[in-house]
Amino acid sequence: MISNLDYGTLQQLWWIICSLVGSLFLFLTFVQGGNTLLWQVAKNDVESALVMNSLGRKWEITFTTLVLFGGALFAAFPKFYATSFGGAYWVWMLILFTFIVQAVSFEFRKKPGNLLGARVYESFLLINGTVGVLLIGAAVGTFFTGSNFILNAYNQVSWTHPLRGLEAAFSLFNLSLGLFLVFNARVLGAMYLLNNIDFSAMDGFEARIRKAAWVNFLCSLPFLLYVLASLLLRQGFGVDEAGVVSMVANKYLLNLLAMPLVLGLLLLGLVLVILGVLATAFKGSSRGIWLAGPGTVLVGLALFFTAGFNSTPFYPSVADLQSSLTIFNASSSRYTLTAMTYVALGIPFVLAYVVYVWRQMDSQKLAAHEVANDEAY
Amino acid sequence: MVDVDLSLVNWSRAQFALTAMYHWIFVPLTLGLSFLLAMFESIYVRTGDEKWKALTKFWMTLFAINFAIGVATGIILEFQFGTNWSNYSWMVGDIFGAPLAIEGIFAFFLEATFFAVMFFGWNRVSKGFHLFSTWMVAVGSSLSAVWILVANAWMQHPVGMAFNPETARFEMENFWAVLFSPIAMSKFTHATSSGFLLASLFVVTISSWYLLKGRHVEMAKRSIVVASVFGLLASVYVGFTGDEAAFENAQKQPMKLAAFEGLYKGEQGAGLVAAGIMNGDKKPGDSQAPFLFEVKLPGLLSLLANRESGSFVPGIDDLVYGNSEQNVMGVVDKMKMGRLAVADLADFKQARLEKNENGASDALTRFNINKEFLGYGYLNTPEEAVPPVSTVFYSFHIMVILGGFFPVLFLAYLFYTLKGRIGEVRWLLPIGVSSYFLGLVAQQTGWVVAEVGRQPWAIQGLLPVKVATTNLAVGNVQATFFMFLGLFTLLLIAEIKIMLKQISIGPEGI
Repeated sequence: MISNLDYGTLQQLWWIICSLVGSLFLFLTFVQGGNTLLWQVAKNDVESALVMNSLGRKWEITFTTLVLFGGALFAAFPKFYATSFGGAYWVWMLILFTFIVQAVSFEFRKKPGNLLGARVYESFLLINGTVGVLLIGAAVGTFFTGSNFILNAYNQVSWTHPLRGLEAAFSLFNLSLGLFLVFNARVLGAMYLLNNIDFSAMDGFEARIRKAAWVNFLCSLPFLLYVLASLLLRQGFGVDEAGVVSMVANKYLLNLLAMPLVLGLLLLGLVLVILGVLATAFKGSSRGIWLAGPGTVLVGLALFFTAGFNSTPFYPSVADLQSSLTIFNASSSRYTLTAMTYVALGIPFVLAYVVYVWRQMDSQKLAAHEVANDEAY
Repeated sequence: MVDVDLSLVNWSRAQFALTAMYHWIFVPLTLGLSFLLAMFESIYVRTGDEKWKALTKFWMTLFAINFAIGVATGIILEFQFGTNWSNYSWMVGDIFGAPLAIEGIFAFFLEATFFAVMFFGWNRVSKGFHLFSTWMVAVGSSLSAVWILVANAWMQHPVGMAFNPETARFEMENFWAVLFSPIAMSKFTHATSSGFLLASLFVVTISSWYLLKGRHVEMAKRSIVVASVFGLLASVYVGFTGDEAAFENAQKQPMKLAAFEGLYKGEQGAGLVAAGIMNGDKKPGDSQAPFLFEVKLPGLLSLLANRESGSFVPGIDDLVYGNSEQNVMGVVDKMKMGRLAVADLADFKQARLEKNENGASDALTRFNINKEFLGYGYLNTPEEAVPPVSTVFYSFHIMVILGGFFPVLFLAYLFYTLKGRIGEVRWLLPIGVSSYFLGLVAQQTGWVVAEVGRQPWAIQGLLPVKVATTNLAVGNVQATFFMFLGLFTLLLIAEIKIMLKQISIGPEGI
């Protein structure tokens, strides 16, 4: 059956798969958000240890999802991989830098002889959760605001801005999307901690985390509202049947109206995030993460679909509109997409065992006595 | 012919080499130690002996420290293909990206998911599920090696693809040919078994140190038994797979094999250089002797390269300038055809741009005649096709000599273990303590042979590194090079200090 799928269907299918992986990553940034809450919510060593050990059991899943996102884009949309990573050099390098320092921090932080001291490793985690997530948001924002590149006849990229990608962070839209993701990650981080930690005899600790979920949600709102308003009102990039790219008024609003399912995903996602926050802040629920997390995935999917479907170049160039990348001109060959689609049949199996193991490990909440030994983070 | 900023190419190469070499300090240990952990824990589950559990947990602590920095240094490698080698990523992403994505889906998730159970699940899951998780981490690490080595093997021997002139890129035609390429098989078996070997040396090194100090003697002896058996099997297998890898190199990358051996003039019944000092002034095509001093084993190189002791093995000069007697086409001739292919491709693209279909069709017909030599059209001189011979020669010989030493070492450890005297052999234990560091040297030199030996190609014969880079101002790459050098060095120092401290603390109660 897969081998009978036509090229266009495969290209769209792979945009959906990449969008799903990217959106799952946005959910899993609860690890990054949780990292940044350490100073605010943990007031003693036991509380710090609980935060670190709770997040430390999940950081690799987030990290791996990011790596898979990169690998999937490389395999399915190599022209995007080459253009964006090679062109927007500094924004990607700084993002990677923050993930490199994150990867050692859980393991090294409490180990004797760790050279830099626990505070430095905690700062690495803070940098990852703020600068790293902010820049990811800015990079995703360029799907709507455009980037400064030109492709030649051999599809080699020339970047026309001296900041090589960092200029993305100076656009109000991109910056707002980045800040929304930072605060949303903190909201998710707080909800995850509430779901994962045993707060017996630690009421103050639990209350601080609940407050953090609410306060960070309020902080995220202005940025979310600006992003949504700007998205609906701004001029966007469109591509006609001949492949000619031009500016289109209210393009992304038109996309949402033309794709009611995507509009539904966006609205449902936002509602789920809000319900998760309300349940956490006012109902004493520890399961808000299971509303806000899927909600974040749906919002992410809606953003990626709005950027890539309905005759829209998902990686537009403001330096040369005709260099813009669409899911049809940036993809791998039909053969590769077909082979990779067979491979993707394994994804549900992978998700199933991840969920199974996660449930096994989290069937008991993390208690203070478990983080009091030398093996703990 | 091609106006390329060589300093950009060299800095991009230096950055990739730096990050890859740092990464490969940690990865082979992860590959092998994960299996040793699974073996230690299997013995614990089978015997119920708590001392085996303590031993497993001790090695697991060291594994975790190594694993974290391995992950940290690994992420940059994947994304660096895009950031610093964007032309490469576009031209071969259709083929090269697929194994990386599959590695993410099937290997990394397996490792990441079960890693958490292995470390934090002792009191949360059953004994059996915990053991299963430890084995899954080991399987995941080897699965990861499969896919990245398939990708690397494809760079050494590109198969299962065709060049598409419309997009000016290589596209996959046969996934199975890429996966089961003989180079991929030999690379996977050689690299993973060398990881098993290195991890065994790691265990022997630390255990020998404990024996010398008279600390944790029982744990050290138990660890040595398992590691010596595993290490001996692995080191013998490394020898066989190394021989197979050299044979494949001789068939698919004869220039690399010639560089292994510093062989300039091809010979029938060529001898294998057991040891030698190269003449640093020697250049391809000149009449100088390649060696100041050499010890050669007659006929062995022909046997290794072609499985026939009297067969002809082409040298660097044959491969550069051609040898019609032996039917070897030289780089000189390949460049002529490659330049025609480059020009015809440009004509094709221009005709397409001008919507001149007849012109495009003519150019394509001409291009197809010479397309297999396209990459040679980008070389400036025939000698550019020769890798740095001395670097490859010395690296290869250091690796082979060390590869011959390790099975002897493991045999000695097993012999004295069986005699019950391993703790008393004072001459052997210091050698054991140094063995892990020798293993690291063998690992690094092995990759120098593989990667420097492939130069000047990113994709053997098809895409030179100088065409594969991202168009960047060199200052950007210099900045990130020093950024990674500083960061990785800092993290390495921290890792070593933490490791030493944990070794000094030692296991609990054994």
